[in-house]
Parts: sequence; C-alpha cells; structure tokens
Amino acid sequence: MKGRAHKYEKPNIDTDVIIPGPYLKIHEHKELAKHAMEGIDPDFPKKVSPGDLLLAGSNFGCGSSREHAPIALSVCGIKAILAPSFARIFYRNAIDGGYLLPIEIEESTMNKISDKDELEVDLEHNKITNLTKNEVYFMKPFPELIAKIVDAGGLMNFKFDKER
Amino acid sequence: MTITEKLLARASGKSKLSPDDVVFAKVDKVMMHDVSGPGVIKVFDELEKKGIKLEHIWDPDKVWITEDHFVPAADRISAENIITLSKWSKKYGIRKHFKYGLGQYGICHTLSHEEAMVLPGEVYVGGDSHTNTTGAIGAFAAGLGHTDIAYVLMTGQTWFKVPETLMFRLNGKKPDYVMAKDIILTIIGDIGTDGANYKTMQFSGDVIEHLEMEERLTLTNMTTEAGAKNGIIEPDAITDLYMRERTNAEYTHTVGDVDAEYSEIFSYEIDKIEPVVAKPFSPANISAVRELQEIEIDKAYIGSCTGAKLEDLRLSAKVLKGKKVKIRTEILPAAQSIYIKALKEGLIDIFTKAGAVVGPPTCGACCGAHMGVLGKNEICISTTNRNFPGRMGHVESKTYLASPLVVAASAITGKITDPRDI
Ligand code: SF4
Repeated sequence: MKGRAHKYEKPNIDTDVIIPGPYLKIHEHKELAKHAMEGIDPDFPKKVSPGDLLLAGSNFGCGSSREHAPIALSVCGIKAILAPSFARIFYRNAIDGGYLLPIEIEESTMNKISDKDELEVDLEHNKITNLTKNEVYFMKPFPELIAKIVDAGGLMNFKFDKER
Repeated sequence: MTITEKLLARASGKSKLSPDDVVFAKVDKVMMHDVSGPGVIKVFDELEKKGIKLEHIWDPDKVWITEDHFVPAADRISAENIITLSKWSKKYGIRKHFKYGLGQYGICHTLSHEEAMVLPGEVYVGGDSHTNTTGAIGAFAAGLGHTDIAYVLMTGQTWFKVPETLMFRLNGKKPDYVMAKDIILTIIGDIGTDGANYKTMQFSGDVIEHLEMEERLTLTNMTTEAGAKNGIIEPDAITDLYMRERTNAEYTHTVGDVDAEYSEIFSYEIDKIEPVVAKPFSPANISAVRELQEIEIDKAYIGSCTGAKLEDLRLSAKVLKGKKVKIRTEILPAAQSIYIKALKEGLIDIFTKAGAVVGPPTCGACCGAHMGVLGKNEICISTTNRNFPGRMGHVESKTYLASPLVVAASAITGKITDPRDI
C-alpha cells in the first residue's frame, strides 16, 4: 500500500468533525465522501487522490458510532489512517466494514512524517517506509483475530469466506 | 474476575477471561435507531448485490428499534429513512419498534431503561455510541457501528476485546445542588477524553450505594466521552426497585469477585465536588461554574439521553418554579412516558409559565440535527453530553455542558450561573 500522507496532527479529531451531524441521514456513500473532514478542512475531498493516507493525532474518530465517518474517508480515497491511537468504535467500524485500515504508530513517528510525504505500508512486516525522507518506522501489529478480519477485507467477508 | 469480565465470559462460553483476550460473544439484546438502522439496512442491501440475501434475522424478539434522531421527520430524507426502517422491521417480524407519534417512543438510551428493554446481567449492543448508558443497571452495554450490528442481526454474536477495568470509588456525601453530571464531568476533566479508551469504567462507593437509578445512568452515559468501551455499576437493591416497577422478567445479579483485578482505582471525595461546566470544545474542558459567572449565553437546552430523564426535569422545575427565563429555553423530555409523568406532576406547567418551550422527545439539536440547532457564534448551555465543534449546529457555535440544575439556573439569569446562587 503506497500513498501520500495528509497530516492533521490535532488530537481528538471527532466524528462530528469528520462527518457533521446533519449528514447522518444520508446513506449514499458517494454523497458522504463529499463532506469528509468538513469540520476541519472543507477542501479535504479535493486534496485526496485514491490510495492516499491520513496522518492524525491521538484518539482519532472519538465521538459517535456513525459508520458514516470511515465510509466518507474511504470513499473519498483514503486507504489507511496512521495515528497514535483511535477511538474504539471508529477503529472497529473501519476494520469490520473493510473500509480502511486504522494503523497505530508511535507519537514520535507521527512527528517525523510531514504533510505530503510518500509512504509505503507493509502489513506483513509491520513496517512503514517514508519514501520521501528515506526512513523506516514500525507500526503496532494487529491482534490475531483482527488481522484475520483485515485480511478478509471486513467482518462480512470473514464470515462468508469461512462458510464457503 | 470483574463484573464485565464475568458477563463476557458467560456470553463467550469461557470459564475465565482476562483483559486483551479477544472472543466471540453471544448477544442478548440489540438496538438500532433511525440513523443506524438505515445504515444497517444498507449493509444488507450491499450483501444482496453480492448474492447474499437475508432470509430472516437471528431472533426478532431480541431486537428493538427506535425513532429518535430525526423525529418528528426533520425533512424528506429523514421521513424516507423512517419509512425504510418501518418496512424493514415489519418484514423481519420485529415487535418492539417504538414509533414516533404512536404511544410510547423516545430516545433509545432512555427507552432502554424506561421500558426495561435490557435486563441486569445481559450483553447488550446498540447502534449508537451512548449505548454505554444501560450499563448502570448492571448489564454489559456497548455501542457498535452498522456492519457490526448487521453481523449481530445475522448471527447473534459479535467479537470483543476484553477491556481492562478502571474502578471509580465515589465516597462521602453528595453536596446539595451537585448532580451525577457534575461528578462525571469532573472525572472526564481529570482523565481526559481518551482516558478510558478501550476500557471499562466501573463505579462504586457509598455515593453509588445511595444514588438513584436515573443519576447512575448519567454517569454511565458519559463514560463514552472518556472513550470507554462500557460503563457499569453492579446491580443492587436500587437496581431491583427500578426494574420491578417496569418488568416482571427474571434476571440474576452478577457482581465482580472480591479479588477482581482493576487496572487502576480512582478515589473521589464527593463532598469536595461542586457544580461544573465543560467549556467548548471538549467534555474534558472543565471549570467550576462560579469561575465563569460573567459569561453570557443565548440559549438553554434541557434535553437528551443524558439530561432529560424525569429526575432531571423535576430538578429543573424546582429552579424554574415561579421564575421567568431570560434567554431562549428549550425543554425536551427524553421519552413520551417521561413527558406524561412530567405533565401529571405539573412540571410542564412550571416550564411553560416560566416562558420556556417544551418540545417532543427527540435527539434533535443534541446532535445538531434539527429542532433548535445553533447558528454562527450562538452560545448554548446544555444538559447534553458533547460539545465538539459543530456538535449542536454551526462549527462556530459554542456549547457549555452542565447539569440540569446549572442549565435551569442559567436560563433565569442569562449568564452561566451556579444553582446555589439562585
Ligand atoms: S440524545 Fe444526543 S447523545 Fe443521546 S442518543 Fe440522541 S443524539 Fe445521541
């Protein structure tokens, strides 16, 4: 997985910022993507190219259980989010829905990466390579069961792959 | 084991569980509402496109549905979401669907206890982050997203990483005019909005032993704001009293072992707690009310699953009785049954005579949806649970979170006001 990083280092970026309340009644994924990160950067969807990564401060996705949040981010092109920690419902929505990967990194790693750096994520070796700066960082591996769900591409695939 | 570990062990068929174990657990009850429900239905629609059709759900009698976020239908899309949800629940034989304008209805986390939809000892998941609320009755209650709820509807199970438990011992005597809201805001101010991330917040101590159920529910409700997976209080005589007024259903008490391990124990002397508010833009941004007395506000809001239960309304009425509000004040009981009780007790009369508007039960402005959202630069004092940018309306509006007593007192003066000073 390779892409450019979009850095928003503020901690506690919450779901009201990622996709504000009035859009909760919308369930069309493409429509939601137009409003991704509207509370912090209304131009965000225009800046993202498919496959890009989001770099964020700790406790990313705190707040509500709205699955609209990982949906909006993923449909607008984000493949993975790198942050020191995630709010728990956001974390499991991202994984179970198979939308994007919430990857836990050290706070110091976050500080080393700059906005627009080109990164390569290697899930097999839990390694992140910064192609712009020529640096290598480590990511926290996923626990066993969660890694299996990630591999399957979400909880539903995990269930139906198993049954097949 | 702690109560949380025991409940998850029972549900996953294990004799022992420890923090960080990941298990599949059986779910006893599941809830979705007019925002999460259509999201869940969308997950099923997508599966159907892949050739996987939902013939029936795991157990229609363990599923219940509410209409609360965008009711009365805020606009055409909201109305259509409610129609979609109604058709779906009829098709799959769900009997407990609380419909707006059709007898009992209200905010999901309020109906959960008002209607005894969940019993002590059960494992309960809901498509809403404040599902934690219901842990006050001694159940494991946690919020999930659409895909996870869809999975539960198909299989009756979900996965959990067993959380560590943070124990909050609340001792001493609660001073007059201090509410559970002041206690939980003080705690969140201390541990931060990620202070309990992935963990359980459990409450005990002599304050809890005497705290009535609706106040306990305020504590567990806001564990979500500290990032907790669940909030919980062991069931006792107060729990039984509350449940017996609402249901005859059988249940048993599960409590933690005497040698249960808590990853951290926090002790609070409640005598020292005073009325507080959470300033914009974080529930952890706490100040004593008396330090902010000069701040002028535009609107007072008494509503939501956190702050519009019967006791919240009773205390607000005590402050507002015979007084006039100085700023726009909106009061929305959290469920129709609470509205009716408030009416019988004369509370609605007090509110309307004071000049406040009383609205129907709805999440409404709590999540910035409709019915009283804030405009640019508007300042609100509110009994709700979140004050992130844009939570109740415009991103440049401001919300101060407080107890119903503080909000009612502030409504009278137009400034942030300590109820002890009225
Ligand atoms: S009242 Fe507010 S916090 Fe409670 S369920 Fe509704 S939107 Fe969520």
